[in-house]
Amino acid sequence: MHTLDTHSIAPGINLTCINTDKFKTGCMAINLIGSLKRGAASSAALLPRVLRRGTAELPDMESIAWALDDLYGARIEPIVRKKGEMHCIGFYADFVDDRYIPGSGNVLEKTASLMGSMLLSPAMEGGLLRRDYIESEKKNLIDDIRAAINDKRGYAIDRLIEEMCAGEAFGVNRLGDEQEARDITPESLTARYREFLEDAYVEVLYCGAADSERVRDALLPMLQSLPRRADATLPATEIILSPRNGSVARITEKLDVTQGKLAIGFRMGKAMMKDLDSAAMMIFNAIYGAGVTSKLFTNVRERLALCYYAGSMVDKQKGIMIVSSGVDFGNVEIALDEIMAQLKNVQNGDITDFEFSSAKRSAITSIKATMDRPAALMDFYFDSRVTAVPYDPEELCDRVEALTPERIVEVAADIMADTVYFLEGLDSGDAGDDSGDYDSGDGGDDESGDGMGDAGDDESGDGMGDAGGIEHGGAGGFAGLNNGSASGSGSGASVLYRRNGGS
Amino acid sequence: MTHKEYPKIGEELYCGRLPNGLSIYVAPKRGFNKYYAHFATDYGGADRRFELSGNWIDTPAGVAHFLEHKMFEMKYGDALTKLSANGADPNAYTSTDITAYHFECTEKFAENLETLLEFVSTPYFIEKSIEKERGIIGQEILMGEDDPDYCIYYNLMKALFRHNPLRDSVAGTLASIEEISAETLYDCHKVFYNPSNMVLCVAGDVDAGEVMEIAERVLPKEPGPVPGRDYGQKEGLEPVTDRVTAAMDVSMPVFIAGCKSEPVEDGPGYLRNELVSGLALDIMAGHSSKLYIRLYGEGLISNDFSASFDAAAGVAYTMFGGETNEPERVFGEVVKEIERLSEGGADAALFERIKKAAIGSQIRSFNSFEAICSGLAGGHFRGFDAYEAGEALASIGLDDVTKFFRERLVPANMAMSIITPRG
Repeated sequence: MHTLDTHSIAPGINLTCINTDKFKTGCMAINLIGSLKRGAASSAALLPRVLRRGTAELPDMESIAWALDDLYGARIEPIVRKKGEMHCIGFYADFVDDRYIPGSGNVLEKTASLMGSMLLSPAMEGGLLRRDYIESEKKNLIDDIRAAINDKRGYAIDRLIEEMCAGEAFGVNRLGDEQEARDITPESLTARYREFLEDAYVEVLYCGAADSERVRDALLPMLQSLPRRADATLPATEIILSPRNGSVARITEKLDVTQGKLAIGFRMGKAMMKDLDSAAMMIFNAIYGAGVTSKLFTNVRERLALCYYAGSMVDKQKGIMIVSSGVDFGNVEIALDEIMAQLKNVQNGDITDFEFSSAKRSAITSIKATMDRPAALMDFYFDSRVTAVPYDPEELCDRVEALTPERIVEVAADIMADTVYFLEGLDSGDAGDDSGDYDSGDGGDDESGDGMGDAGDDESGDGMGDAGGIEHGGAGGFAGLNNGSASGSGSGASVLYRRNGGS
Repeated sequence: MTHKEYPKIGEELYCGRLPNGLSIYVAPKRGFNKYYAHFATDYGGADRRFELSGNWIDTPAGVAHFLEHKMFEMKYGDALTKLSANGADPNAYTSTDITAYHFECTEKFAENLETLLEFVSTPYFIEKSIEKERGIIGQEILMGEDDPDYCIYYNLMKALFRHNPLRDSVAGTLASIEEISAETLYDCHKVFYNPSNMVLCVAGDVDAGEVMEIAERVLPKEPGPVPGRDYGQKEGLEPVTDRVTAAMDVSMPVFIAGCKSEPVEDGPGYLRNELVSGLALDIMAGHSSKLYIRLYGEGLISNDFSASFDAAAGVAYTMFGGETNEPERVFGEVVKEIERLSEGGADAALFERIKKAAIGSQIRSFNSFEAICSGLAGGHFRGFDAYEAGEALASIGLDDVTKFFRERLVPANMAMSIITPRG
């Protein structure tokens, strides 16, 4: 069990402590939340990477690595996340709990202080963030932006979001784009840094065995020295209720793939209008396309053997759903028809008792399992903070239990397809080019991982295990933050609505 | 059942063996909602030639993985669906040496455990559904061929090994899976899925006695022989070729280098070697190593740069690599660092702090039920107690690490696999 304690440290700065002694580690995150903006996304994404390179006291990677090893392998990693149209940047830290290392002394305080120094007293030269660190991290950021193309499934989803949300902030990639990254200078990044410190909405979270007093004492010096200008508010997310022009846009692009990648974007419609029911959306998604008892898995993959994977994910903050599937080039139209037909089935109330109860059981398992992983638990409360859905995991479970199939039909009733994206092979002539009220765009800038990237990934029901061999390191422990936790995101007070295409 | 306590890390462990030969490990985790069960056989993609009542049998590539897919099918329908409908999150994987079936759940654990044990021990293969599965696995193989991580790894295996089955994908090829029939699946299930060749590991707030009781009731009563395997002719240490390059749709070049070394014997020495390799590779190329920091600072590598060691199927090899615009240059820099470390040994202060970080990472791993159970299962098959890792780590000295560089990272035994952007 855990207890929760939230304080407002200053206007727009909140600290949430989740106290539990279940884990071997403690973890902490500081999130600076701004608006996702075209032209300013790459600088936001670059900032924590540059700050992580060195502090005034520990000015290079080697001295930072030394300090972290000395804290028994504590980790501090950059956070760059997209939540609806909020751009959240900062640091995530985790470290072994003092209890398991006799005589280690104050690992929590030392890690918090190092994280605070990264944020507040980075290595500077001539009053600016260091040019060499900026250039080196710019190169890495640009490599990451380009690397999106390496994962074709995620790439198809990224391209879909870019096209479908071209006129919305949501269409902006979490990492921005290559040109934007290239244009960053020490002057512009330092200005962006000051802007974040002064204006961002700040959510700090801790999860672990230390009591909230100790955590507050460890973090207060850092939080109180943030140079604040004005009261910060949570940025709003624009919600589009229905597809543009009321028709479905079709985009087909070619790459050297042996298996086609289909990505379909939907608008959630009226379900987004009032009292967003995140429990009902979770269960709708589980019935339709998440997990092995879902309609997409049992029909598109198992019954018709049309594809290797087919799954859906819902972004409750933005009000869109994405279905992603890997299909043979020749089968794309049949698969698409089946995916649409299964949605119709849910909308018509064709939900079996088995589908309904399986979806509930699996949702409850994943919510309860959230409480057993420190990073997931912390992320659950982060979501609940920024989306103003004030449930704890137990309450969310109760809401799931209380749902009826009628409620699921209501939530699904107004969902409409907006854009269909298909990635086909270089010489697959036959796949449907049968559309085109929408230009396929430049297709040049390969943007990457919008957080929706690998969310619905667990439905394939089977793994190739470690066939692939080498482990790609990096922000290992951070993965828990990005892989959509059970909570998903709800929609809070600060959302704007717009209905497209005059419907 | 024996009961051991590990007060330093706040853990305890029950171990036992049923009359049918099945080994069981239970790690009680009080206060957690989650239960995790991991049922594994010492059988993977590399176990293709084996002994059955005195005869040596050859099987096509991909049988272990095909079996893993088909085990879920039962007379009553799909066990995966049954578990999911009961609130469990089931999955399975096949690696080069292990096939494992596992689930996580927060309710009805006993019922779910029965379902798991029952479907894994019940072979039920019909031709029609085998045909359908061939299509699904075919798609999976094609998907792998689009995946640079997959291609670069198997290209390296082919460059390193002449005969060893590690050369072939765990999933097999479109041609090899054509050769798999119901009979192949029944035979391989009989040989490798007998309780004596398997292990059950459970973590969660459970009663160890109840786990034993369920396993004893559900599983076959008779023990079976642990099959002999043959991985082909002994491999020399020299690679087949020292370079293999392919072009794919990737944004930047990526490489993995591999270095062959002598196989590692099962037993406590296997664990020790694994821990030594972890420390050595962190000293050589970990994120706080001198080499990593210098190359990262020069923009030659990114934070996906990593190194690992593996010993399976009668061979052992080290891998290192990542994305870079200059694979040859980075490879050359790593080789120079290996030579420096082999001659002069590692810096003592660096060794101590890398070891400190490794101790932290050991403790951290007990947060993960999955890591606990797969660690126990892997340790069981390779003959060591995974919970002894903390003690074993403490006893490792700088000399062990230097020895690793000298014996297991010999430049003449290396090959490199590169993927370059197309066009």
